[in-house]
Amino acid sequence: MNRFIAFVKKEFFHILRDRRMLLILFGLPLVQVLLFGFALTNEIKNARIAILDNDKSQHSQQITAKLLASGYFQLRENLRSNTDIERAFRRGLIKLAVVFPAGFTADFEHGRNAQIQLLADATEQNTAISLTNYASAIIRDYTTDLNPTSQPPMVIDVRSRMVFNPELKGAFVFVPGVMAMVLLLVSALMTSVTIARERETGTLEVLMVSPLSQGQILLGKVVPYLLLSFLNGCIIIALGVFALNVPLNGSLALLLAETLLFIFLALSIGIFISSVVETQLVAMFASLMAMLLPTIFLSGFIFPIESMPKPLQIVSNIIPAKYFIAIVKGIMIKGAGLRYLWQPTLVLVGMSLFFTVLSLRNLKPRLS
Amino acid sequence: MDAIIIENVSKSYGEALAVADVSLSIRVGELFGLIGPDGAGKTTLFKILVTLLLPDAGRATVVGRDVVRDYKDLRQRVGYMPGRFSLYPDLSVQENLAFFATVFGTTIRQNYHLIQEIYSQLEPFKNRRAGQLSGGMKQKLALCCALIHKPEVLFLDEPTTGVDAVSRKEFWDMLRKLNERGLTTLVSTPYMDEADRCDRIAFMQTGRVLAVDQPSVITNRFRKPLFAVRAADTYRLIQDLRQAPFTESCYSFGEFLHLTVRSGGVTDLQIGQYLLDKNHRNIEIQPIQPGIEDTFMALMNQPEPTA
Repeated sequence: MNRFIAFVKKEFFHILRDRRMLLILFGLPLVQVLLFGFALTNEIKNARIAILDNDKSQHSQQITAKLLASGYFQLRENLRSNTDIERAFRRGLIKLAVVFPAGFTADFEHGRNAQIQLLADATEQNTAISLTNYASAIIRDYTTDLNPTSQPPMVIDVRSRMVFNPELKGAFVFVPGVMAMVLLLVSALMTSVTIARERETGTLEVLMVSPLSQGQILLGKVVPYLLLSFLNGCIIIALGVFALNVPLNGSLALLLAETLLFIFLALSIGIFISSVVETQLVAMFASLMAMLLPTIFLSGFIFPIESMPKPLQIVSNIIPAKYFIAIVKGIMIKGAGLRYLWQPTLVLVGMSLFFTVLSLRNLKPRLS
Repeated sequence: MDAIIIENVSKSYGEALAVADVSLSIRVGELFGLIGPDGAGKTTLFKILVTLLLPDAGRATVVGRDVVRDYKDLRQRVGYMPGRFSLYPDLSVQENLAFFATVFGTTIRQNYHLIQEIYSQLEPFKNRRAGQLSGGMKQKLALCCALIHKPEVLFLDEPTTGVDAVSRKEFWDMLRKLNERGLTTLVSTPYMDEADRCDRIAFMQTGRVLAVDQPSVITNRFRKPLFAVRAADTYRLIQDLRQAPFTESCYSFGEFLHLTVRSGGVTDLQIGQYLLDKNHRNIEIQPIQPGIEDTFMALMNQPEPTA
């Protein structure tokens, strides 16, 4: 037991004395959560628009006022002619232009087909789609508000409701994703690099010619990272809940337990990587290539799995983060319990066992 | 019973034969040197003996324990210092020592008497990071770490490589003192001048042991006359001497060439006349006593190992 404590203590010395290590350990999660939470958001706020009002009527002014009051739009300029529209787009001043044609009021009040033109800058296609959707909805609202009774018959009124995340907040999606990413990075990358380092400096040789077994050496290397990663997980959850207002509808205990399970899986992957590579550099590349990139691109963290081509959808099934993200979202946002989450949990347990057995089989009491 | 018994041990990496059919016995309490150039197979042999590698063929025992079968027991009993600096550079001198003491189930205090003499020189720097020590200091610390668990046999793989001359001498003095207390020590080195510090030495070359004996006995085996020769144009000198009818071998040793002649009848005057005929200037010739290196060169040229 003394040996084990000495080993863990030594490992903490390594971590605490290495500034780069500390930065990756604690700076990275903080920066990522805050970046993804605040800066890198696909929500639309205060998009700059321009109005070309050829009608200059009460209706056109009220619609404009309603658009600007929504919070989604901000008036950049009032245009005078159609040529101004193109110029404004070219200069990148505006994302959306709203054009009221002359005679709009006349058409509207006489029940003819009144038209408003929305022009959006589709160089950013997602923003363009969102902006036109928002604007259309606001304009539709205006007409129904004006004459609630005089709806023509046979119109299908589609009302959608966004459940679990009515305000479509990006943080709800990003916090579980960042959590998966950071935990994988810290646990898998750090452990594989630190074990490779012992091998590189030759200290592993000295440790092997000691009464410590390979299993004890590994355990001593892994336990500090288990603790630190868990601390990291807690920090990210706290940041998400308190700084980004992500709800915590489910059980905190279950969330922490699942986090531990995921960390365990990441550590076993890290040990496995370290058992097949020789140097720190290779360990780092292997971890980044095998863990970080698939986690970002194939776990559904940034790109929805449903819209991937079929082969990639199949590949996404072996990405551990996919299941962890589903679990975290389930617990935090939907308030789901283990009864609904047993499937992804089981997958994570299975993966952990797989990698643990694999790395234990690679354990040898001697060099190569 | 000898402390280390090696019987017909072979080890190859793929096609490359690193250790070829080596047999050696090292007695209890001996300071034994394994001498040979880089790539001779010294490190591989060390790793087999400290249970880090499995031999392909043959068997070896250290303090009566088989290096393959009894590896767990053996690991408690040997002290091993690998070729390169293998401590934690980001831990302080004291932290390194305390860590290795704990790993081996002991404490610095318990075995302080074993390392006192060496560690006392490090104590002023005990809070300094091991990575910031000088080469000689690092080796002293590594030696302390290898000694702290009171090993029965000490394995030092090229401990003086990359260490300055003064520190090398100090290091060998320390080894001799440890040895006088009864510690069996196996040291490898590529430096010929360190061979004289050992009780017995074994020459290794391309995986084979060429000779085993006391350093003085090995040099005495060198029976043929030896001359140190110098002239203005060293390059031409070595060419001409190698072609001379009386020459057995000719190697460059610093500023002199060491010339071995075929029979005792050849005198320095004859050699001088031969060189004058070849238009050499500033010729210096003197008969010399063979050193370890001359012996090694001679042994290397023998077709069959004499071990």
